[in-house]
Amino acid sequence: MIFSEADTILYALIIPLVGAIAIALTGRWPNVRETVTLTTAVCLAVVVWSLVPALQTGGRPELKLGEMLPGLSIAFKVEPLGMLFAALASGLWIVNSVYSIGYMRGNNEQNQTRFYVCFAIALAAAVGVAFSANLLTLFIFYEVLTISTYPLVAHKGDEATVKSARVYMGILLGTSIGLLLPAMIWTYSVAGTLDFTPGGILAGRIAEPLVGLLLLMFAFGIGKAALMPIHRWLPAAMVAPTPVSALLHAVAVVKAGVFTVTKVFVYIFGIDFLFAQPSHRLIIWFACFTIVVSSFIALRQTNLKRLLAYSTIGQLSYVVLAASVLKPLSEVGASMHMMAHAFGKITLFFAAGAIYVASKKTEITDMRGIGRRMPWTMAAFSIGALSMIGVPPTGGFISKWYILGGAIQDDNYLALATIVASTLLNAAYFLPFIFAAFLYKEDVQPVKQHGEAPWQMVAALTCTALLTFAFFLFHQPIADLEAQILVQ
Amino acid sequence: MEVLGLYNYFVFAVLLMVGLYCILARTNIIKSLIGLTIFQAAVFLLYISMDKIDGGTAPIILEGVDDQIFANPLPQVLILTAIVVGISTTALALAVTVRIKEAYGTIEEDKIQEMDRET
Amino acid sequence: MTLYDQLPALVVAVLLFTAPIAYMLRLHGFPWFVATAGVVTSFAVACSLAATVIGGETIIYEMGGWPAPYGIVLSIDALSALMAMLITGASSAALIFGYKSLADEVGEEIAPAFFAAWLLCTAGLVGMVVSGDAFNIFVFMEISSLSTYVLISAGPDRRALISTYRYIVMGTVGATFYLIGVGFLYMVTGTLNTADLAARVGQVEDIRLVLVAAGFVSVGLAVKAAIFPLHSWMPNAYTFAPNAVTVFIAAASTKVSLYVLMRVDYAIFQNSIANHDVQLTFFLVPLGVLALFSGSMLAIYEKNLKRLLAYSSVAQIGYIALGISMTSVAGLTGAIVHMFNHGLIKGGMFMAVACLAIRYRTVNVANLAGAGRAMPWTMAAFVIGGLGLIGVPLTPGFISKWYLVLAALNEGWLGALLVAIILFSSLLAVIYVWKVIEVAYFREPRSNAVPVTEEAPLVMLIPTWIVVLAGVWIALDTGMTVGLASVGAKILLGAAL
Repeated sequence: MIFSEADTILYALIIPLVGAIAIALTGRWPNVRETVTLTTAVCLAVVVWSLVPALQTGGRPELKLGEMLPGLSIAFKVEPLGMLFAALASGLWIVNSVYSIGYMRGNNEQNQTRFYVCFAIALAAAVGVAFSANLLTLFIFYEVLTISTYPLVAHKGDEATVKSARVYMGILLGTSIGLLLPAMIWTYSVAGTLDFTPGGILAGRIAEPLVGLLLLMFAFGIGKAALMPIHRWLPAAMVAPTPVSALLHAVAVVKAGVFTVTKVFVYIFGIDFLFAQPSHRLIIWFACFTIVVSSFIALRQTNLKRLLAYSTIGQLSYVVLAASVLKPLSEVGASMHMMAHAFGKITLFFAAGAIYVASKKTEITDMRGIGRRMPWTMAAFSIGALSMIGVPPTGGFISKWYILGGAIQDDNYLALATIVASTLLNAAYFLPFIFAAFLYKEDVQPVKQHGEAPWQMVAALTCTALLTFAFFLFHQPIADLEAQILVQ
Repeated sequence: MEVLGLYNYFVFAVLLMVGLYCILARTNIIKSLIGLTIFQAAVFLLYISMDKIDGGTAPIILEGVDDQIFANPLPQVLILTAIVVGISTTALALAVTVRIKEAYGTIEEDKIQEMDRET
Repeated sequence: MTLYDQLPALVVAVLLFTAPIAYMLRLHGFPWFVATAGVVTSFAVACSLAATVIGGETIIYEMGGWPAPYGIVLSIDALSALMAMLITGASSAALIFGYKSLADEVGEEIAPAFFAAWLLCTAGLVGMVVSGDAFNIFVFMEISSLSTYVLISAGPDRRALISTYRYIVMGTVGATFYLIGVGFLYMVTGTLNTADLAARVGQVEDIRLVLVAAGFVSVGLAVKAAIFPLHSWMPNAYTFAPNAVTVFIAAASTKVSLYVLMRVDYAIFQNSIANHDVQLTFFLVPLGVLALFSGSMLAIYEKNLKRLLAYSSVAQIGYIALGISMTSVAGLTGAIVHMFNHGLIKGGMFMAVACLAIRYRTVNVANLAGAGRAMPWTMAAFVIGGLGLIGVPLTPGFISKWYLVLAALNEGWLGALLVAIILFSSLLAVIYVWKVIEVAYFREPRSNAVPVTEEAPLVMLIPTWIVVLAGVWIALDTGMTVGLASVGAKILLGAAL
């Protein structure tokens, strides 16, 4: 390797920021700007992925940028969970950038430069969240992620969009400042540190019922995990252009949420300590509740993107549920599900966006027979949906397998029942739509005759659909890597 | 006679309250400035009263007299400063009042408030 | 004696001596130049003083060589050095920033007097923080107040005059209250030197007079510091003053009175009055909490951007009051850091507002639609400042909030309640900041409005961004501010360094 691992971390943070500046400077020439975006995405992915071998051999690259408060530094430390998240976000950014180009041009969107700049900053923040060595650093990037995605959500700028963006901003900022920040300061005042430490830092320093309170403050303070009842920002975020929904609100932002939850459980509380506390059951209940209720809400949605949003809420709670079962298999399942869901959901969003660009349709009821006009798109959509349901040979099956395994280890019948019920519900809201799209005839002729969306979009969604299969086939190295997170 | 002996301080308190009431109750700017001046004058009296010692004279050392009792000179000096400050404040406030009169044509606060609400 | 030993006097004297020069040299642009040179020099002196005292020692400078308690002394420790840096720094930044904006608002014929008043105002404020004599603090307070009145009355709108008048009345009442309190203290102790007072008040047997003195001093300073509900002079004074003056006084002036309040309450009364910490808590906590809510609510419903920020200052002063009331090193550190950080944030925001005002000719929020596109740099500076008010990480507001919450968590159940209140009011800040951001970025300009296409002039934009980036810098590298503040807090509490 040319540069040290610590440098690599720094580059991973700087590249998107430099990219953002370069995008802003080249905003006048769209072709140059898009080239810059793609180059940045590729560079970021290469840099991030170059850290993987070191991790597989047990290395934990570190980087300390400086002390922000006495005893609290801005520091980075790559560990398997963060590596997975960073690799996922940076890898999918390439695909997403290709897709964005097709989408933004196909749709003649305004303010494209602002869009790409904010996107790059959001990616820098996601990488920052992934590599944080302590909760403070994570919190900083978490907030940067919120703020940098606000202009993306409010992109359209009309009254309704701005209102939705206000909900988005209000809930995410409100929960993080109102709950996560005090939870963090509380942790600091009892533990004296905020470093992510294998085995946790809170063991023996805090007792019930305060553990329960702190746990709830974390679980709901991390609003990006979209645990009910603070999930409303996610449907609100659907007013954003679809590439944003696809990468940020199916991968980067929401995964930052569940990633933080998992990280707090594993490295702040410590799963052994938390398992001994009865209050961890609370989180299981909340997660199960969210999974079931969000699926029911999804059943009633007629807008495709909102349906996907509620599906995401449910799937995120799978991760939270898996993490809060607190068994080794389930923690691995949590990280696997982050990945499996990312591939599946980004495919679904890509397909929804492709349908919108090609036909300007957003409502499910209008989409009968659309599979005949857009066979590639709908095929990819079907694969994504199967992965959501958890049918082999898609990635969703693998992660569900691990989560179920963890639930069985714990004899947790509530979790088992919830997963089974949710699988049925997922099938109930995805399958009828897919059947209608392929088998029914169009009942209304569309305004304009259309075929597939621009080629960039089709290429992107085909690619992610294939990744869903690939994950099913080649998940073993990832599972091995993630098994390391519990090694103390 | 201790109560009566403190009459300076009673006058101080009364003047202070008169001044404060005047500031709060008058809408005419000049009148409330008069209140402000009375308010400050009360404090001058407080300081002057505290340096007074029974039988004390001005603090000037006289040749051949060694059982002299002096009044404490420090509060007098302090209050000279405070008086200067008070005069500057009053002068500045009056200057502002002149400009208010020029700008609004009145020095009644309630009328000014009405005029501002209209604009 | 070398020049180095004279630095404590120099920090004030430079300003006092340049004031008449600024007034007398009536050439075009010269008063501004003299004033800027004066405050920048003073800022440099303040910085070097801060570097000297960050370790925890106190510099005592005897005026005219008369030793305390007979002579008048200047006393500079970490806390006063930090404040001196804030005042002179804010003054320099506002002056440099104001080169164009003041020329726009303040007429050529009154410029010499105006800049002389500016220098005197800075001198008075710095004098208050370096002075080690209770009466001297009063004198400096009046120097700064009188010249502040002059500065505010120079505002272009006629409402500046009536705001000045109200400020004169409130300010004089506040200062006089302080003077009465000092008089009572002198009556029972026979000294005015703050260090000597602290020692002697403890020996007073009849505590009643000390209590009365404490009441007068605290209320008087609360008026000057615009602690709710004694803030009524402030919003209009900020709104109608010339924009650069608002930058300066919003950043520095109320903070100085809070500083004196802290000094007097901790150094003098804390050691001598039993249960003084409880009294202070009962005095400041309710007012602080009310300030947080009412200030934020008023800001949410306010239409004028300058007044909106002024109400936000009322709320932010509430944070400082809460920090002071907690009687712990962490609480005081939070309060002191927030004084500095809030000065920096608000100064930067008022600069951005001045940039908007010079192009839009109005500061009504509704008329600023489209500012995000027309003036991207200005609005970006405003947004960063606004995030600071909310307390988002990477902004200075986060650091102060961190310490305040940390301190409150140590106060038991009442503390937990305070944490909730502090954080809730941060959310109110989200509302009033976002209100402006939404209008500026996402609302189309009214069709009958004169379109603004030009960014603010660089002479204004560059100082604005220097202040904003300085804010980000001290949010990342907190060694200087938190270092000085925690040393200051420990000195105030008499704790071991």
